[in-house]
Amino acid sequence: MTLENVLDTLALILVLIGALLCLTATIGLLRWTDVPTRLHAATKPQVLGVLLIVIAVELALRSWEALAFGIPIVLIQFATAPLAAHMVGRAAYRNRTTDEENLYVDELHHSTEQPGGTHTESRPES
Amino acid sequence: MTPVTTVLVVVILLVFAVAAVLALIRLVIGPSILDRAVAADVLLTEVVCILGADMVINHHARSLPAMLIIAAVGVFGSIAVARFVARKENPR
Repeated sequence: MTLENVLDTLALILVLIGALLCLTATIGLLRWTDVPTRLHAATKPQVLGVLLIVIAVELALRSWEALAFGIPIVLIQFATAPLAAHMVGRAAYRNRTTDEENLYVDELHHSTEQPGGTHTESRPES
Repeated sequence: MTPVTTVLVVVILLVFAVAAVLALIRLVIGPSILDRAVAADVLLTEVVCILGADMVINHHARSLPAMLIIAAVGVFGSIAVARFVARKENPR
């Protein structure tokens, strides 16, 4: 059992964990009921799964060019995944596709009130 | 390849296949366009992960630029859908 074998097996285990993260995300995507909860499930593999896979690639390839590609991949993914999730969640709230009965606190509620309004209509008529 | 790594590769491929099928089911049944955008984003992330897994399993570095480009531009799909989704679209 050489060092190369150990590193390759470790990389495969990391890939397996990343694959299981993808699987849990899609299970959550199927089981949960509205867009924000599905978004919650969907953003897990976008950050942690990709990070694990890139670490596995570095362990398996063990070269500087792989590292030079891997660091930008992780950084760009970290920067853009919350961006897409934020845009989708914002559109979901404005479209009233959120599950309003199960919300304990609606922290965005004040953002939909018109100045000088009577507060009877909680969300703007589209 | 030792037996342990063979078993690991088979399990990895099975897990990826099941995850892709489940994401495709959500992509088809909807119900709103935002659900489909989220499912498509998950499917794209899975493509990135599968490219990485292929490089780990087969020991080559040819897919690294593809991973970088997908990670960079894959976000624009969700943003475009979320930005231009119709305001009145009410699924339930």
